Amino acid sequence: MSDTVELEVFRYRPEEQLEPSWDTFEVPLRKEWMILDALNHVKDQIDGSLSYRWACRMGVCGSCGMTVNGKPVLTCATYLSSQAKNGRVRVEPLRGFPVIRDLISDIQDFIAKLKKVKAWIVRDEEKPLSEGAYLQTPQQLAKYKQYSMCINCLLCYAACPIYPLEPEFIGPAAIALAQRYNMDSRDQGAEKRMGVLSQDEGIWSCTFVGECSVVCPKNVDPAGAIQRYKLEATSSWFKSLLMPWRGR
Amino acid sequence: MNESYRTYHPRWYRRRVPIFWWLRQLTYIKFISRELTSLGVGYGAVLLLAQIWAASAGETTYERFLGVLMSPPVVIVNLIVLTALLFHSFTWLHLAPKALVLYLGDRRLPESMVLFGHYLAWIVTSGLVVWFVVGGWA
Amino acid sequence: MKRSSEPFFWAMFSAGGTLAAFLFPAIAIVLWVAPALGWSEPLSREQLVSLLEPVWVRLGLWVFVSLCFFHWGHRFRFTLYDGLQLKHLFGLIAAVCYGGATALSLLAAYTLLNFS
Repeated sequence: MSDTVELEVFRYRPEEQLEPSWDTFEVPLRKEWMILDALNHVKDQIDGSLSYRWACRMGVCGSCGMTVNGKPVLTCATYLSSQAKNGRVRVEPLRGFPVIRDLISDIQDFIAKLKKVKAWIVRDEEKPLSEGAYLQTPQQLAKYKQYSMCINCLLCYAACPIYPLEPEFIGPAAIALAQRYNMDSRDQGAEKRMGVLSQDEGIWSCTFVGECSVVCPKNVDPAGAIQRYKLEATSSWFKSLLMPWRGR
Repeated sequence: MNESYRTYHPRWYRRRVPIFWWLRQLTYIKFISRELTSLGVGYGAVLLLAQIWAASAGETTYERFLGVLMSPPVVIVNLIVLTALLFHSFTWLHLAPKALVLYLGDRRLPESMVLFGHYLAWIVTSGLVVWFVVGGWA
Repeated sequence: MKRSSEPFFWAMFSAGGTLAAFLFPAIAIVLWVAPALGWSEPLSREQLVSLLEPVWVRLGLWVFVSLCFFHWGHRFRFTLYDGLQLKHLFGLIAAVCYGGATALSLLAAYTLLNFS
């Protein structure tokens, strides 16, 4: 096995280029290196202008998501050697998002969607402080815990074939997070979220490709969250049609 | 300096999605194949209806229908459709546990159990179909 | 916010898909593949007529094929949207898919009602 590998990196410097380009860097192939280590090596030793996001370097912050050899991965959690099978590793910004510069994507759309689905505890009435904390049993926690593990890395949006085709689509992570709050016993906002989620640009754009759950580094299973919600939204729709007198 | 670049209005690069995006990755090819099984389901329903119509149209029409049904090109198509129908059943059963999350009290039923239940139901319903057609209920 | 009517079509798609998943392979094998491969005799006209004689059988069959048509219509609509990026033709596609499914269901009703 050779001791170096070719890193093909997507470059886009809007102040200099109209179209993006690819730069090739030769980096050491160290067995303990992640893709992120290779990128840091490039920036430190070869080309300081390379721009990319990273922070915790341990797979919990969700900053370093990029598309490597066509697959969306966390670069801090992917071994360089595992991707270097053909001596070449291709790194580009997360697919599905506009590119600001080099490997940096614009994720404002996702942030806006988090607000749209009200990804926080919604209460009709707040409990006064004097009454103490909201109590929750381990069983109640278990209902939504899986969906609370989302680190907003957006690998699921890069894996979803629908999202680039339909930018209005709320998307896997936002819907999984909406479900995280819907299923939280402290939350009272399920009704409000239904109006947002049960729309064409909500769950109904999803065709259960399932790739989002495959690439999720935290096993959130957004695809499952969406399909469960389809069942819920459908039964709610039929109930309101056939039994309109029931309070919604 | 690129003139169309404005300091406070950066020109972000948007990548186009190719029409045949689904040919570029095995998982997407499997997905589209799964979706195309709907054509098999539609064809099967039409063929079933055609057989019923032929029977109600008389003995000669029905014999002609059976002749077409047993002809080699139609047999080949039907074998392909059967593959599609089996692929539909298989994928549908494996996706069901993701959507059908059931709780027994506070404990969630394991996905494998939901899947097992579906396979059991599939075997039972298939048996019922065979039993019905061979006249077991008469 | 105005409620989307997608749940209705998705329900039809789901019901059709479930029935097709459980019943169709057996139906296809018994009626079409087994006779073709010489494993059994094709269903005779007498057998078919006697099977379809009870009203509930014909009603059940009508529900089955209609849901199969709507399963196809809904799924094919999204296949055209995403597979061929034809979402801008949503009116035409809806007409072909749901209109087609409706027409086929009516045809099925006519066939099964007039069966003798």
